[in-house]
Amino acid sequence: MNTTSVLAIFIASIFTNNILLASFLGLCSFIVVSNRIETAISLGIAVTFVMVFTSAINYIVYYYILIPFKLDFLSYVVFIAVIAAFVQFLEMFIERFSPALYYSLGIFLPLITVNCAIFGAVLFMVIRKYDFIQSVGFGFGSGLGWALAIVLMAGLRKKMGYSKIPEALKGPGIILIVTGVIAMTFIGFTGMLSTQ
Amino acid sequence: MTGLLAVGVNVGIFLVLSVWLLISEKLLVRYGKCVVTINDGALVMEKEGGVTLLTALYENKVFIPSACGGKATCGYCKVNVINGGGPVLPTEIPFLSRGEMRSGTRLACQIKLKENIEIALPEDLLAVKEYRAKVSLVRKLTHDMKEINLDLIEPKEIQHRPGKYIQIQAPGPDGAVFRAYSISTPDYVKDKVQLIIRLVPGGIASTYLHNLKEGDEVKFTGPYGEFRLSENPDTAVLCIGGGSGMAPIASIIDSIYNRWPERTCYLFFGCRTTGDVFYLDRFKKMAEKYPNFKVCYALSDPLKEDEDWDGDTGFIHLSVDKRLPKNLDLQTFLCGPPPMIEAVQEVLKNKGYNPEDAFYDKF
Repeated sequence: MNTTSVLAIFIASIFTNNILLASFLGLCSFIVVSNRIETAISLGIAVTFVMVFTSAINYIVYYYILIPFKLDFLSYVVFIAVIAAFVQFLEMFIERFSPALYYSLGIFLPLITVNCAIFGAVLFMVIRKYDFIQSVGFGFGSGLGWALAIVLMAGLRKKMGYSKIPEALKGPGIILIVTGVIAMTFIGFTGMLSTQ
Repeated sequence: MTGLLAVGVNVGIFLVLSVWLLISEKLLVRYGKCVVTINDGALVMEKEGGVTLLTALYENKVFIPSACGGKATCGYCKVNVINGGGPVLPTEIPFLSRGEMRSGTRLACQIKLKENIEIALPEDLLAVKEYRAKVSLVRKLTHDMKEINLDLIEPKEIQHRPGKYIQIQAPGPDGAVFRAYSISTPDYVKDKVQLIIRLVPGGIASTYLHNLKEGDEVKFTGPYGEFRLSENPDTAVLCIGGGSGMAPIASIIDSIYNRWPERTCYLFFGCRTTGDVFYLDRFKKMAEKYPNFKVCYALSDPLKEDEDWDGDTGFIHLSVDKRLPKNLDLQTFLCGPPPMIEAVQEVLKNKGYNPEDAFYDKF
């Protein structure tokens, strides 16, 4: 059992233990989709949404099905299946109720399935022995943290459009360097609280 | 025991997830009937939503070109969308120029029917039909080239202009594939279609076609293509090709001399060795009959010691450079591998012709 308060976990997963900037998970869609702020925001929201729900569903599946049957070695397969199914569901849902959002996310919506940040969040939930409320709080915080990072990046890339970038670093090169710099500035939040 | 339990639980979880998705699909995905209007109402069709525009068109016997079967990798199935269809998807962007995006060009295989849609297609495409044909003759031209005659069964006639191509259906490991081949018969031959097929090692369609025997039945759609021979008899025609690029060229030349025996036409054909040469005797005879027809074959590989060759040697663009006069009123058709076409374009530019005006078939 982990005794950290939900609020602390929530704040920590946004700032001090940001899943992207501290664990470097979910970098691929972060690099590709951070070219426009609007798309970055909508993908951030979609990722947050998926993280909250997959953390919750996977928590139930893990602690109420896999553990009682001593089948925790199946967890990776099951977690991924749950994430994939949920993203499929979300795709249908968004297509039905918000075609505009559906089109603006385009191909990146189904790609959330393979966003390792989501799988990472679920695994952290198990490793750190969070209870249900903590897991949901952690999922929500991690999602917001990822969204914050990608929106920051999109904003910076807009500015970088006017900068002179060395030819060899154009594209992903400079993005990775800037990501590193943002990650270092986030170390500044470490003093705010310390959690696991 | 644990193994069985693991399988059971796993299957159970997957089953629950699938059922959940199926139910949500039933409840959430409802597009209803969608109306597709083509060319201002020249053709109107109604289709249950959810399928791609390409599928809807095929089911209604509108055959637009598509080589990849709807995977957004060939970029052939371009249509002009006037109304509906949603915004351009990231999968289409690599195939569309800025101008095309502004004018509403889309890939039909990427548009999912969800609403009424209005599109414009070239009139020619509406004339495209699906044909059944019987193989009536298979003739070996060179070590890797075959000439295949297809007698039409249903429909019995094909209307085409010289240089058009068909898409032939070949059985592949993951279902049928379509591959484009140019028609080598001239426009006045309407009851059969001849193709010239080069065997591509490992190629699905060319292997299938090379293994066809007389009497076998094949299916294809057509005719497609942008090639449009000028109807002005004073315009000279320049055909430059290599390999199976002969097919459209043969069709063009036969069509020309059937209608305009006096017309000027230059044929430059590049081969590697004497073993790759075909149709040369036939064209030499034509050149004797029609004085304004000039033929030039060139071999790019050095001759072997005991070989006889009275044509040019070296790459074909060098022959073009040497023999093509300047200041002709000229229409150009280029059919061959991309490096050859690029080299020829350079030569044409130096001679004062605008290579942008030429028709291309790169493969």
